Parts: sequence; structure tokens; C-alpha cells
Amino acid sequence: MPLLLLIEQILNGLQFGVMLFLMAAGLTLVFGVMGLINLAHGSLYMIGAFAAAATAAATGSFLLALVASLTAAAIAGVIVEMTVMRRLYDRDHLDQVLATFALILIFSEGTRWLFGSFPLYLDTPGWLSGSTVLPFGITYPKYRLAIILVGLAVAMGLFAMIARTRIGIQIRAGENDRETVGALGVNIARLYTLVFALGAALAGFAGALIGAIQSVQVGMGEPVLILAFVVIVIGGIGSIKGAFVGAILVGLTDTLGRSLLPVLFGLFMDTSSATTIGSSLASMSIYILMAAVLIFRPRGLFGTA
Amino acid sequence: MIRESTLNAALLILLLAVPLAALLLDEPFIITLATRAVIFAIAGVGLNLALGFGGLVSLGHAAFFGIGGYAMGILAYHAQTFTPIMEWPFVIQGTKAMPVIWLTAVVASAIAALGIGVLSLRTTGIYFIMITLAFGQMLFFFTISWPAYGGEDGLSIYVRNGFAGLNTMDPITFFAICYGLLLAVLWLVSRIARSPFGLALGAARQNEARIQAVGQRPFTLYLVAFTISGAITGLAGALFADLNRFVSPTMFSWQTSGEIMVFVILGGVGRVFGPVAGAAMFIFLEHVLGGLSEFWHIYLGAILLGIVLFARGGLIGLVSGREVADD
Repeated sequence: MPLLLLIEQILNGLQFGVMLFLMAAGLTLVFGVMGLINLAHGSLYMIGAFAAAATAAATGSFLLALVASLTAAAIAGVIVEMTVMRRLYDRDHLDQVLATFALILIFSEGTRWLFGSFPLYLDTPGWLSGSTVLPFGITYPKYRLAIILVGLAVAMGLFAMIARTRIGIQIRAGENDRETVGALGVNIARLYTLVFALGAALAGFAGALIGAIQSVQVGMGEPVLILAFVVIVIGGIGSIKGAFVGAILVGLTDTLGRSLLPVLFGLFMDTSSATTIGSSLASMSIYILMAAVLIFRPRGLFGTA
Repeated sequence: MIRESTLNAALLILLLAVPLAALLLDEPFIITLATRAVIFAIAGVGLNLALGFGGLVSLGHAAFFGIGGYAMGILAYHAQTFTPIMEWPFVIQGTKAMPVIWLTAVVASAIAALGIGVLSLRTTGIYFIMITLAFGQMLFFFTISWPAYGGEDGLSIYVRNGFAGLNTMDPITFFAICYGLLLAVLWLVSRIARSPFGLALGAARQNEARIQAVGQRPFTLYLVAFTISGAITGLAGALFADLNRFVSPTMFSWQTSGEIMVFVILGGVGRVFGPVAGAAMFIFLEHVLGGLSEFWHIYLGAILLGIVLFARGGLIGLVSGREVADD
């Protein structure tokens, strides 16, 4: 495989990885701080994408669409947190899985009812369409490059927020000992709502960014949700650093697996069976990665015992 | 409030009475619905052994459901195309005989559950939920991308498999077969629950340290429960494939795992008859709400949410007035 193509695939993997990080960050914060498994996180991603597509169709502005995705997902997050999630924090994981599974049904069908079953399209803005030339003569689509940069910027902002701001300190303290934090005068209920809204906004933002590459449709959230869970489990649940490493690892494994494995198998078998075996192994690769990580480190790469 | 044993008996009678009434009224579709409920109940009873009695929250039971389905699909496919499954080192032919298919489905899914269990039981809590999900997804993507048995399109079987002396294409006969198997599985699981093994398993769920202190290995208890659980769900998968005469990767999807879990929780976790009530209720809601509105999943979701938030012992717990199952 030519080197340039390989670099392009690595960039694609990186782009996929930072998107997964935006999804996984909210999921891992919500689990770390509130101890909640939220299967409906994919629905917030879908809500963000639909809000963006509807706004872009109405106003024609991509930036307004992004703002709409953040706002809509955050509002949906606050509503869900205050009506349902709050009652689930003290329940066992089983109840949380079932209740949030029920929320997926409600959100998916509700969106289908509002927007219909046909996919919507969100166009990339003119100033981000086409390709750009990177050093060493690599041509790469501008929009995907922008996603990588925005994703990295959000990741850095999140790290800074967790490490340096007052709210970050409260979040970390809440992960360790929620009673003490409450006793010290932090409004725990408000902190939880805030964390949930933050995670929801990130998911909605990811949905809008990806919506411009793929189509915006009901059910788009679930495949990403499963991948985001794979990411946070690999990274260690509750760890933002783990979510970042896990996301990049999953993004690269999936993208490179799909392009490299068929070539690799082609070295010692005929092309058609190499394609078959290579691509079926590639589609399983991230789950194999996750199972392997859990078998050797049952609490993920950065998980605490 | 009604006693739980009375309720269980009423449930079984109702599940038998509905298709019989449908037979008299000449409504074969209702019989098919009842058969679906019975098959889902078997899958749920299987999951309940791991989830309810062992406390192992598996979000990967679609793996066993699918393996059972594909055991049926592959055997029947080779029988209908008259090609052997393998020729070397010895010839294995396909078959259309239900008992052989059931046995294959049970053994294959038990082996898979043993393997997945050995690896997954190294983890606990949410990590266990996620690693079982990962194994289910692995098989899902494998069946989608492996072209030998239909890939994404699945496999169609033209004629339902046979059972010596019975006309299995007759809906009520096939219902009777599935109902008989459900009774057998219920009997088996209630025996297991009351056996020394079942008691030790329940104890391990409640307090691992104590069960270790009396000389039992929780890992072994969990693994045996997980294996039997997978085998029962595999049997349900074979029946489900036979009901539809079709298998596809959808059987392996994580939504299938979610639905089987819904049957268990809807009915009541850790009660032998819980999944029967849950599956029957699910099919009933699907039929009734599906007739009311195209967007019936909204109502289903709202009902599920209500049950999780406000009826903690599931349907059976709600009716019998006891939140916690006996153990």
C-alpha cells in the first residue's frame, strides 16, 4: 500500500477517533460522576444531528446549525435528566439499562413522527468543501481536517476544564465521594444536571458534525453509541484521558483494519478469499480489541480498581 | 393480591387458551403470535438463569439466540440443497429433523456460552455488560460479512423442519411443540433454582465473600449458570428461526439482546415465570399498540419506563404484591 494512502487512512482513523471522543466524553463523565449507564446517549447525538439539519435547511447557515445542535441536545439532556435520570442514580445497572433502552424507543419513534423516515441531508459549508494540501503533498478533504482540529480543541478544552476550573474540581470530587461534596455545600443536583447537559451537548455536536458526512436519519445514534461504549470500556470508565486514548485507538483500529487487513491476507492467499476474511475480521476488530483489553485489564486501560 | 403460584398457573393456562380459542375462531395469525410469545419466553427463561438467579447482566444473549438460529439455518440449508456440511475427515449431512437441530443448537450455544463465559467472567459490573455486548457484536458483524450462509441477506428455509409423526406446518401443532419445550425448560429451571447448585448461585449473587468462605468457587457457579442460560436461549433461537423459516444477522443484533432483557425485567427478575409474563405482555403490547398507531414504540417505551421507575418487581411482582422474588 502506498505511503500516502496509508497516511490518509491514518487521518481518517484520527477523524473517526475524535468524533468518538466527543460521544464517549459525555458517556464516561455521566458514568464516572453519577454512576449511570446511559444507553440513550445515542439519541442525544441523533437529536443534535436533526436539529442541525433542520436549522441548516431553514437558515442556510452551517454555524447556526452547529449552535442549534448544541442547544437542542443540551436542552433535551436537561429535560431527560430532571424527569427520568434523577430517579435512576441509586438503582442498579439493570434498571438503568432498561429505562434508557425505553428512552431510545421514545426518542427514535418521536423523531420519526416529527421528521418522517426519510434521511435528511446536511451539506458541508462552501468554505469547508473541497480538499486542501498538507505538507509532504498529502491532499485531504478540508471538512474532515476541520473535524480533527475541532475535536482536538474540544478535547483540550475539556481537559483544561476538568483539571483547572472550579466546576472541574467539583466533578472530580463528585466522582470520588458525592456525600462529602454535598456536605461541603455543592449543589449536587445542579452539578449532575450540568454534567449531563454538557455530555448531551457534546454528543449533539458530534451528531451535527458527522451528519454533514453521512445522512441524518432515525437510528443513526445506536451504532455510534455502541462504539462509544467500547471506547469508554477500553479506556476505563470515568476517565476522560482513557476515553481519549480509547477513542483514538478504536478509530485507528477500525479504519486501518478495514484497509490493511484485506491487503495483509492477500500476501498469502488468493485475492477473493483475502477480501472476505480480511473484511469480516476488520468488522470484528474493535470488539476483539475490547475483549482483549478487558481480558488482560478487566477495568480498562486507565480504570481505577 | 394473588399468590404467585396461582398467578403462574393462570399464566400458563392463558398462554394455552389464547391459541386454542384462535383455532376455534380460525385466526391462524393469533396462533403465530402466541408461538412467538412462547419462543421469546424460552429465550427469556434462559437469560433469567444468568441475570435473575446469578446476577450476571448479559447484554449479549443475542449471540446464543443467533447461534441457535444459524444452527437450524445451516443444517436445513444443507438438507434442502442436498450438499454435505463437511466431507473431511468424515461426511456430515444437513438435516430437517427438529430434535437433531435442537440438540445441535443447544450444544453449539452451550459451547459458545462456555467460551464467552470463561473470558467475560473475569470482569464484573458494567464491564461484564459491555464485554458480553462486545461478543454479541463480534458475531453480528461476522455473520454480516461472511458470505457463505447468505451474509447480510440471511438464509431462507422453504419448508419448516419436521418432527416425526407431526405436521409442523400446521400452526397449532408447531405451537404445541414450542409450548411443550417451554414447559420442559420451566421445569428444568425451577429444579435448578431449588437445587444445591441454584441455592449456591443465589448466595454467590448476594454475597461472594461468604460463598467463598464455605468453600464454593463463585466463578464456577457463574460459569455453569451462564452456560446453561446460553444453551436455553440457543434452543429458543432455533425455534424462532423455524417459526419464520428464515435466519438473518438481525438475530445477533444488540437490540435482540435488549429485547430478551426486556422480557425478563418486564415480567420480574429472578422469578422462574417472570419471562413468560414479560414475553406474553410484550407480544400483546406489540399487537395492540401496533394496531393503534404506526409509532407504537413511543407507547411501548413509556410503559417500559413506567414499569422500571414505579413497579420494581416487574409484572408478577406488581400483581402478587411482592417486590422481591423468593430466595
